[in-house]
Amino acid sequence: MKLVVAIVKPFKLDEVKEALRAAGVQGLTATEAQGFGRQRGHTEVYRGAEYRVDFVPKVKVEVLCDDDQVQGVVDAIMKSARTGKIGDGKIFVLPAEQAYRIRTGEMGPDAI
Amino acid sequence: MPIDTGDTAWVLAAAALVMFMTPGLALFYGGLVRAKNVLGTIMQSFFALALVSVLWVLIGYTLAFGKDAGGGIIGGLDFIGFKGVGPAPSDTYATTVPHIAFSLYQLMFAIITPALITGAIAERMRFSAYVLFLGLWSILVYSPVAHWVFADGFLGLVHVGALDFAGGTVVHINAGIAALAAILYMGKRRGFGREAMVPHNVPMVITGAAILWFGWFGFNAGSALGANGLAASAFANTHLATAAAVLGWLIPERAKHGKATTIGAATGAVAGLVAITPAAGFVEPWAALVIGFVAGAVCWKAVDLKTRIGYDDSLDVVGVHFVGGVVGALLTGVFASAAVNAFSGSLAQFGKQALAVGVTIAFSFLMTLLILKVVDVLLGGVRVPEEEEVTGLDLSQHSEVGYTFQDRGGSLAAGHDEPAGAEPVGAVDREGAR
Repeated sequence: MKLVVAIVKPFKLDEVKEALRAAGVQGLTATEAQGFGRQRGHTEVYRGAEYRVDFVPKVKVEVLCDDDQVQGVVDAIMKSARTGKIGDGKIFVLPAEQAYRIRTGEMGPDAI
Repeated sequence: MPIDTGDTAWVLAAAALVMFMTPGLALFYGGLVRAKNVLGTIMQSFFALALVSVLWVLIGYTLAFGKDAGGGIIGGLDFIGFKGVGPAPSDTYATTVPHIAFSLYQLMFAIITPALITGAIAERMRFSAYVLFLGLWSILVYSPVAHWVFADGFLGLVHVGALDFAGGTVVHINAGIAALAAILYMGKRRGFGREAMVPHNVPMVITGAAILWFGWFGFNAGSALGANGLAASAFANTHLATAAAVLGWLIPERAKHGKATTIGAATGAVAGLVAITPAAGFVEPWAALVIGFVAGAVCWKAVDLKTRIGYDDSLDVVGVHFVGGVVGALLTGVFASAAVNAFSGSLAQFGKQALAVGVTIAFSFLMTLLILKVVDVLLGGVRVPEEEEVTGLDLSQHSEVGYTFQDRGGSLAAGHDEPAGAEPVGAVDREGAR
């Protein structure tokens, strides 16, 4: 099993969700996140004082999937989240040691 | 005539009440948009308080209320720069209150009218384009229509004889049809019909609607221009129509969707306020209840139809102000009662009402398209670029955000000349801030 973690632009979340659904993903977790990469922050002005804001708002999407599903999931995110401009985000694939469905106690791939 | 202290006190208070409607509208609209556009939306109304006030003194008032320059089309330049507008009463308008009180009272109407239009083009207009549009529309559309109906222009009592107590035609039909023109010219928001575009702060919407309801007593009862029985009638009609309109909206809403919503109640209230505006000083209380209820139900249907047709009238200016305004203007011709004011409803009066409505629709629609075209050419676009629309108006147009619920890193820039390496917002946006 793998945990696919993607950091994407917030306005792309809906397209990412639909693409993952089309790729057969049954569930995902989305979290509002902020951070920075190569995309720079921006300035804001309050009563004449300029502030540099470094963190850019993003959404973190997490999908747990079976090993043979990983490529499909990554492709779906890659395609749906891309605008071609700086700040499109990142995808990380992490090994997932174990998974449990809390209600039934199922384990492993059955719990996905 | 000598100044009447009671009349003067009421007109001044009413002017302040109407002034408060524009920030109320800002909250009403601000709550209905997405969080990233709350400031941009509020700013469009708040800024109108500033720009329209300045223009009104310089040129707007005289074009509307100056002595007719010929043909009932436009006011002359007698009052340019508020020349001769002072503490003495006018010999034409509100002859028992200081002329300057009357002119300030009228100013508050001139402010809220273009601000109403912003609900239709919410979340997508460049601020610079809005500023130019606002100034041109105020002078080239609001002033002439106010002249025709409120002053000695050709639609008012001097000539055609259309009844408009407090601005159903001048304010609501005028702004409502301009909104339709703006929607057609500017097009839909990106993602409209696909993404969820839901109101981000419903309590703010209700607060704004409540302020509008409160301020509208100044709008309608103040239009009696005196502290008298007519003002009391208009006051009562305003309240009763609004109450009935809430019911008129909620009943069909609940029948169709199974629930009565708070935004429905707030919108129904505004529909009732709009519809009773032309009628407030002409009808009896029972008729106000009818007008309000009908307006609530008809506006609900109009907004329901819009949703199915797919126009992006983002905050329903057409469905509420245009449709409600037309309902009110026409029903004024039906229900006007000599027991309240000097006019009675009749087929002939209905015809005069329809004529005033038709003329206003044609003029405002065409002028609005023309002004948008001119702004478009002069500034090279009326809409924000895609990335700025995605980022939101707050950051892209004003370098601010409405809400920060957590720290976002960063620092105070070293100085205004050297913004610590951060690029201007526009530059960042083109690279995709969101």
